[in-house]
Amino acid sequence: MLYREAGDFKTSYVADSQTFPIKFDRYGYYFILGFAFLVMPLIINDYWANSIVVPFLIYTIAALGLNILIGYCGQLSLGTGGFMAVGAYASYKLMTAFPDFNIVFVIITAGLITSMVGVLFGLPSLRIKGFYLAVATLAAQFFLIWLFTRTGWFYNYSPTGMISAPTRTVLGYPVTGPRASAVSMYLICLSFLVACAWLARNLTRGTMGRKWMAIRDMDIAAEIIGVNPLMAKLTAFAVSSFFVGIAGALLFTVYLGAAEAGEAFGIDKSFLVLFMVIIGGLGSIFGAFAGAFFLIVGPVLLKLLLVDSLGWPTDLAAHLEIMIVGALILVFLILEPHGIAALWRTIKQKLRLWPFPY
Amino acid sequence: MLDTQPDPKSDDGYTTADGRKIGGVAMEMKNITLRFGGVVAIKDISFDIRWGEVRAIIGPNGAGKSSMLNVISGFYNPQEGEIIYKGYRRPRMRPYQVARTGIARTFQNIALFEGMSVLDNIMTGRLHHMKANLFQQALWWGKASREEQENREKVEKIIDFLEIQHIRKTPVARLPYGLKKRVELARALAAEPSILLLDEPMAGMNVEEKEDMSRFILDVNDEFGTTTVLIEHDMGVVMDLSDRVVVMDYGKKIGDGTPDEVRNNEEVIKAYLGVAHD
Repeated sequence: MLYREAGDFKTSYVADSQTFPIKFDRYGYYFILGFAFLVMPLIINDYWANSIVVPFLIYTIAALGLNILIGYCGQLSLGTGGFMAVGAYASYKLMTAFPDFNIVFVIITAGLITSMVGVLFGLPSLRIKGFYLAVATLAAQFFLIWLFTRTGWFYNYSPTGMISAPTRTVLGYPVTGPRASAVSMYLICLSFLVACAWLARNLTRGTMGRKWMAIRDMDIAAEIIGVNPLMAKLTAFAVSSFFVGIAGALLFTVYLGAAEAGEAFGIDKSFLVLFMVIIGGLGSIFGAFAGAFFLIVGPVLLKLLLVDSLGWPTDLAAHLEIMIVGALILVFLILEPHGIAALWRTIKQKLRLWPFPY
Repeated sequence: MLDTQPDPKSDDGYTTADGRKIGGVAMEMKNITLRFGGVVAIKDISFDIRWGEVRAIIGPNGAGKSSMLNVISGFYNPQEGEIIYKGYRRPRMRPYQVARTGIARTFQNIALFEGMSVLDNIMTGRLHHMKANLFQQALWWGKASREEQENREKVEKIIDFLEIQHIRKTPVARLPYGLKKRVELARALAAEPSILLLDEPMAGMNVEEKEDMSRFILDVNDEFGTTTVLIEHDMGVVMDLSDRVVVMDYGKKIGDGTPDEVRNNEEVIKAYLGVAHD
């Protein structure tokens, strides 16, 4: 009888349109938020932060961004890796050019710069649709990586062609560079993720989100209703790239510490984030979390199971891991083509009636 | 909303048989010609639409009725002729700009946003009434949340009016055909249009659904004074609902007047009986 809406009457439209209309969900959400901010910092260690939690948080931000573009606005993009690189190199240039500029603002500014680049590469979307647009964004991916590896100015002419993040602090605690502790890395990524998820939710629940979805579902009808297609698509590119840029900046400054464009932000990253969005569920904020969890935490858990628990050799486990994750992706897509978020919705529907479904 | 009301003092208006006052000219088509390459879809057509009336456009298949509606809603730009709307010549516009001038429409094949709920679909109709910018929306602050509530109230009135409360939160893809048509009407009404264009609102419906839809169209006209332009194949419906009828055939206007006048027009009878063209 926990999961009920019966008796929980909504007396205003504000209450009716809130994010978690069911009490149980709402308290669950507060609980997770409280746990993530208060308890996790006490128990997190370097291994968990570096191999699971921090990449999960960062890729969730990227998946949120791409989900706005693909899931909400219906514009297929394969340029995510390139846009993440823009965020990373923008944050690097800002950090080295303005050493006193707070890292939080550096990351936000990097997001804004990526947003502008995203709009630039989003311009063809007015004429090009579907797979053809995907190919056009693929060009963005290759062009941006080429630009960052070939132009010395972007990596400050370092002889290795690598960029590396200097130490920067937030409230006195180093969050980037070699002296950053697991807790501070975790907390800054978590804060950015919570802020991004909140912004994404606000944007998708209101007028902007409806314009995007109208373009996705039927662009001609949307235009006749009064949606300016160019503006709707470009704002989707801008917002999406903003999040992806922040993810790229965090990945480089906080997580990797040093990066080379081709290696850290190659086409495989674009596909990784795309798979997260598809497996998690298109057009769903929760889907971004679920997809990132599945593709980042899943393989690590498999490795823990195979190598540490069953004692299999590492190389065998690594190959099996790829095969199992691939098979799981297929199984998931066959069982629920609309992603984990849709599966979650079905479970919630069933839960509302449980244990008396008739 | 003010200018959508028929102006009772207007001396060039008329009074219908059931006593409704029809106002002055809302929109005037002057010598509209629309060509697709060599095909002439609309040939030199002129007619007017008056405030508060239900104006029907009828004709056999391929007569150019839908093209005419597409010209009004800005989807096609005619090669010749001009549209005088609210007293001014309308310049070339994109469809979304036309929508902002107070013209809303429904489609022959339902064009709802299938992935969204009924409520979101109807809220989409109110886009022009929501002015919050991107940053206000992102922070859900000030204008954004206030507008959302105000417009929700307006939308709820329309939901109430069209009796679709029970499906408010249902995804549109799950609805049966008749309800989809009704939701589409709701979405068009949500825009509080000056002129409402309905492209075959009763196509593919059974008698009961047709009766419901007819009642809604008349109620909308009564309640909000909305000027309505209607394309429909069901002659019974057209004759009952409309105040004046334009008859088209092969892109030309062959009749224009009250239902009774049109019914007795020789050329119209010929077109509908399928007499061979010379």
